[in-house]
Amino acid sequence: MTDLDTFRAETRAWLEANCPPEMREPIRTDKDACWGGRNPDFQPGQKEWMDAMASRGWTVPDWPVAYGGGGLSPAETKVLREEMAAMKCRNPLNSFGISMLGPALLKYGTEEQKLDYLTKIAKGQIRWCQGYSEPNAGSDLASLATSAEDAGDHYVINGQKVWTSYADKADWIFCLVRTDKTTKQGGISFVLFDMASPGVSTKPILLISGYSPFCETFMDNVKVPKSQRVHDENKGWDVAKYLLGHEREMISGMGLASSGGNPLIEGAIATIGLDHDGRLADPLLRASIASFEVRANAFGSMSERFIDELKAGRAHPAQPSMMKYYGTELNKSRHELMMAAGGSNLLEWESESSRGGAEARAWLRTKANSIEGGTSEVQLNIIAKRILELPA
Amino acid sequence: MPLFLDDDQTALQDTIRDFVGEHAPVKHMRALRDANDATGFSRDLWKSFAEMGFTGILIGEAEGGLGLGHVEAGVVLEEIGRNLSPSPFLTTAVAAVATLKGTAHAARWFPGILAGDTVAALAIDEGAKHRDSVGLTAERSGNGFKLTGKKQFVTHGHVADLLIVAARTAGSADDAAGITLFAIPKDLANLTATPERLADSSIAARLDFDGVEIDADAVIGDVDGGRSPLDRLLRAGRTGASAELLGVGGGAMDMTVGYLKQRKQFGTMIGSFQALQHRAAHLYSEMEVARAAVIKAQQLLDANSDTADTAVSVAKAMTAMATTLSVQEGVQMHGGIGMTDEYNIGFYMKRARVLAEMFGDANFHADRVARAAGY
Repeated sequence: MTDLDTFRAETRAWLEANCPPEMREPIRTDKDACWGGRNPDFQPGQKEWMDAMASRGWTVPDWPVAYGGGGLSPAETKVLREEMAAMKCRNPLNSFGISMLGPALLKYGTEEQKLDYLTKIAKGQIRWCQGYSEPNAGSDLASLATSAEDAGDHYVINGQKVWTSYADKADWIFCLVRTDKTTKQGGISFVLFDMASPGVSTKPILLISGYSPFCETFMDNVKVPKSQRVHDENKGWDVAKYLLGHEREMISGMGLASSGGNPLIEGAIATIGLDHDGRLADPLLRASIASFEVRANAFGSMSERFIDELKAGRAHPAQPSMMKYYGTELNKSRHELMMAAGGSNLLEWESESSRGGAEARAWLRTKANSIEGGTSEVQLNIIAKRILELPA
Repeated sequence: MPLFLDDDQTALQDTIRDFVGEHAPVKHMRALRDANDATGFSRDLWKSFAEMGFTGILIGEAEGGLGLGHVEAGVVLEEIGRNLSPSPFLTTAVAAVATLKGTAHAARWFPGILAGDTVAALAIDEGAKHRDSVGLTAERSGNGFKLTGKKQFVTHGHVADLLIVAARTAGSADDAAGITLFAIPKDLANLTATPERLADSSIAARLDFDGVEIDADAVIGDVDGGRSPLDRLLRAGRTGASAELLGVGGGAMDMTVGYLKQRKQFGTMIGSFQALQHRAAHLYSEMEVARAAVIKAQQLLDANSDTADTAVSVAKAMTAMATTLSVQEGVQMHGGIGMTDEYNIGFYMKRARVLAEMFGDANFHADRVARAAGY
């Protein structure tokens, strides 16, 4: 047996022993995802699973051990993911700290910042939100206006962010602020602060899904120590772009089928049934689903290939834009098909049988996938210019 | 195993890219077509493939081959696709070898394949669309069998030294059981091969078996047990065709993106127009996803994984869809010049159409993916 085979066998045994049965059930609603934080809302099994994984550093398997990670090699990380998928283990910790801020801190943070923030992220102690978009800075993000005035050892921040996911539930925010009004990209800094700081307030935005996962976030003379700035003053755009690559990578994951079963196929069979040949009894819908599943399956391989190339330093720096574009468009298609397969059952907005319109709400939620983190059109611009090198 | 080419595979890619680019670029195919060449490919080129070792890419080292796998075979096929090189590589070095490997037929046929003397053709399809059914019958006759029926879309079938034929020895056309696979030589009595030039200038034969007597030792594997070697053939053929499609789609995309950087209208390069940029970027995305599907299928096939079959169908369907998009966008973005015979982009469109049909089109494979998933 190779070392990797040994690692696989040990990993399988450990997961088998430590992953609670509830954590092997498919994710069905928002509440099924574990986010940790200072004010956690744990479902049964979530805390045990998160803590067990964190104790091995496996909430962030490829981060260094010193920062709470597992210190695993790319090959070992892949084995862990494969074994978790095979056992249908849920992700132990959903976290913008892991998927977005962490990578940026690993690259741009000071040793002190890494030791402090990364360790807490790995253990699920601090829940983060992202302060990027503003009312007048959407696709043109670098035109952001939230100001940070220099006040000696700290900044005083004033302004407004929008579309801040879960700002009302987050403990800390990573935030883009303007430290120089005379230039655009070159006048942005990247700061971290506690959402409990005086002067911070949030207001949920009611969306078409009936949920309010996004907020407006207001900053009114918020004091932020300069030690909480990541990277140099006015160099925040570099951090922002690097982080966006990771955000796009995370969002692209929405194109992947969920680890537990295939709700689209199961839902279609349940509603429509199979004919005497074992085919879905609606041939046109079956064809649409089958064609979609070819792409979804191929994108699953693309996701694996992308991660392999990324870890090996072989991925094009703009490749996350392709992943984000494809994954989100695919996810929108998946939910359109799920709604078509479920028919009027899924249109019920509040009933028990529809779990409070869960699928209809999820379907509506996916419409933001191709807007948030840079619209599909912005991603296509990036692919055209940076990968295909088409002229401006 | 990471889903990208390792160092050895990359080195092979460099070698084959240079070789095919130099000896069989698109103008080589154009010259064969213009000469109305009756063979459909260059035997000299096939001989050169053999000298480079490529014809034995899937044959074990002990038998004189390179002992490599489907990832490496795909590297060769992608360059064949990119250059639209007419070659018996897919039918012979990939599909036929995968079928005969480990059987009693290897000793008879592999030396000729290794030497570049033998060309194989696959007599599988019986109707205009690839299906799972086999209707051509093989009846017991003396010490052997007598074949009766028709096959079509048999690439190189008019010149092949080795024909692999799927026949029915029991049951009826749509049964999964009762199929027997045969390896038979050319020039048999009562076998008529009618070569037909296809849209892409390749030549495929219609074969008429009118009571063709063959020896019992032509059976590959067991009588009535042909499904297993046939599946080997189809998995290898489909994966290979996917790799070739990737080359065709990639070649067409490169030409098109190159054209966008060169053609000027309204006083500027047309590649600066966002309408065209977005179409090109979307095409790039589809081709990238298709590439991932192909290497996944190749790796699973090389690992003898039981999930290989679905991955192969995903690869074939995905490359057919992505490459079809690539050649359509290619002609459209080239504008009027894309409609001319003089310009190469149209050749890509024709080749893509032929490869998309080969061993089952995107719908056929989407159906297989659905069946495998239980709907």
